[in-house]
Amino acid sequence: MIRVENLTKHYGDVCAVNQISFDVQRGEILGLLGPNGAGKTTTLRMLTGFLKPTAGRIQIGDYSIEDQLLEIKKMIGYLPESAPLYHDMLVFDYLHFVADLRELGAGRRLDRIRVLGELCGIHEVMHQPIGELSKGYRQRVGLAHAMMNDPDVLVLDEPTSGLDPNQIVEIREIIRRIGKAKTVVFSTHILSEAEATCDRVVIIHRGKIAADSSTTRLKETLGGRSQIHMTLTGADAEAVRQELSGVAGVMALDLLEPVNGAVRLVLTCDAARDPRSELYHRIRATDWTLLEFHQETLKLEDIFRELTKEG
Amino acid sequence: MRHALSIGRKEFNAYFTAPIAYIVIAIFLLVTGWFFFSTFFLINQASLRNFFGLLPIIFAFVVPAVTMRLFAEEFHVGSYETLLTLPVDFSDVILGKFSAACAFIAAMLVPTLAYPVMVAALGTLDWGPVVGGYLGAVLMGAAFAAVGLFASALTRNQIIAFIIGLAICFSLTLVDQMAFFMPQALANTLSYLAADVHFQNVARGVVDTRDLIYFLSVCFIGLYATHLALSTRD
Repeated sequence: MIRVENLTKHYGDVCAVNQISFDVQRGEILGLLGPNGAGKTTTLRMLTGFLKPTAGRIQIGDYSIEDQLLEIKKMIGYLPESAPLYHDMLVFDYLHFVADLRELGAGRRLDRIRVLGELCGIHEVMHQPIGELSKGYRQRVGLAHAMMNDPDVLVLDEPTSGLDPNQIVEIREIIRRIGKAKTVVFSTHILSEAEATCDRVVIIHRGKIAADSSTTRLKETLGGRSQIHMTLTGADAEAVRQELSGVAGVMALDLLEPVNGAVRLVLTCDAARDPRSELYHRIRATDWTLLEFHQETLKLEDIFRELTKEG
Repeated sequence: MRHALSIGRKEFNAYFTAPIAYIVIAIFLLVTGWFFFSTFFLINQASLRNFFGLLPIIFAFVVPAVTMRLFAEEFHVGSYETLLTLPVDFSDVILGKFSAACAFIAAMLVPTLAYPVMVAALGTLDWGPVVGGYLGAVLMGAAFAAVGLFASALTRNQIIAFIIGLAICFSLTLVDQMAFFMPQALANTLSYLAADVHFQNVARGVVDTRDLIYFLSVCFIGLYATHLALSTRD
């Protein structure tokens, strides 16, 4: 549905986006991740035709962005970062204006606005000026704006910023529902959000793609390590270190502050060689009491930090 | 073109939802009314010469104030991005905003129709120059609106947009006054460039194609420059 090839954008001497390429299939939800200033917003702006790329090609559906920009604009619904809308206009008037530009037939407009009002939960603010709305409501009006003509491609720049936790869940729910039939590209720097909503993530760092794969694959390939947390009583810290650090698959052993005399430790392990049963057998051979034993795979947060570490 | 109409309608309504429209109209009426009537009874003629004589310089101040927000505010708030990613192109946006400004200027002139009506009641008014004057006012308003629109497309700061627009409109109005200091060849060109001269021609009731072409070309140059300013924006 969307094909981006060697997309590059310079602002003067600064290279904001450097030769990035990716594809998005129909019915896929793509999360664009990256630290602040990584080039997410610039990429989305080029995708929606607001900025002209310095180099590279963008194709959406059957159209290329250089030649058929108007056709592309017709099939994209876009919510810019922090939903910049006309502050003096009433929500209803604004949506009506958008419906007009989206060429919705006069008979369908009111219905569509009503449906969007329900979907985005803005029914009760329809007759308030946009400038007087809270950030969350403005974001939802922006979402209604983006979905006005039921577009094939929905591009959202940080759609959940400024929303309260309940609204975030609602918006994610909406994105997931739309994403079943349509193509959704959205940017965020909240990783749990990407994990919860996206089929695939593209991590951008300093204008380049640092990773591009499905969320589960990303965790498998890059998260080649897991951590095991343990709490033992009746044991001596040094003895525990000697006994367990030799187990195959254990890469590092860190002792934490003891609590109530219990020894607490974290083992960093190679995910390919699961040391758990070996660890259990070793502990059973001693007279220590095992209070806690659980494994954590590397989270998306850690992968993200790993990939976008400075230097 | 349908989109230009929608945008124009929206911008025109936006003038009247914010207090700016009422303030600008009130100031315009106050200033024109004051200068017109302070000498009207002294001159003791049933004509609107004085009113139309002042109009170019007043428009040079008022029209940039009307147009300053059209693009600068959108850049500042960021709504420009929301607007341009809707299925519209530059010309829809420019023509929409331009027509809204023109309509607003026309609306601003409507209350002044009370002057000719009143003057006609006091004496015998020659309606030719009045019709010409209003036609010229609309043409000059449109030309200045195009200039002001261009100024607004240059910056995200409305004050700067106003000052740039004012500087250009003011120079256009008074450029013929500088002609004295110039060699003859240049003086003719300068007085051709002066909006004031062309407006007074039309306001005499003589609608000459040269004057029409002048105003239309200022409109065209202003709108084209706006297009350039928008399409080179990054």
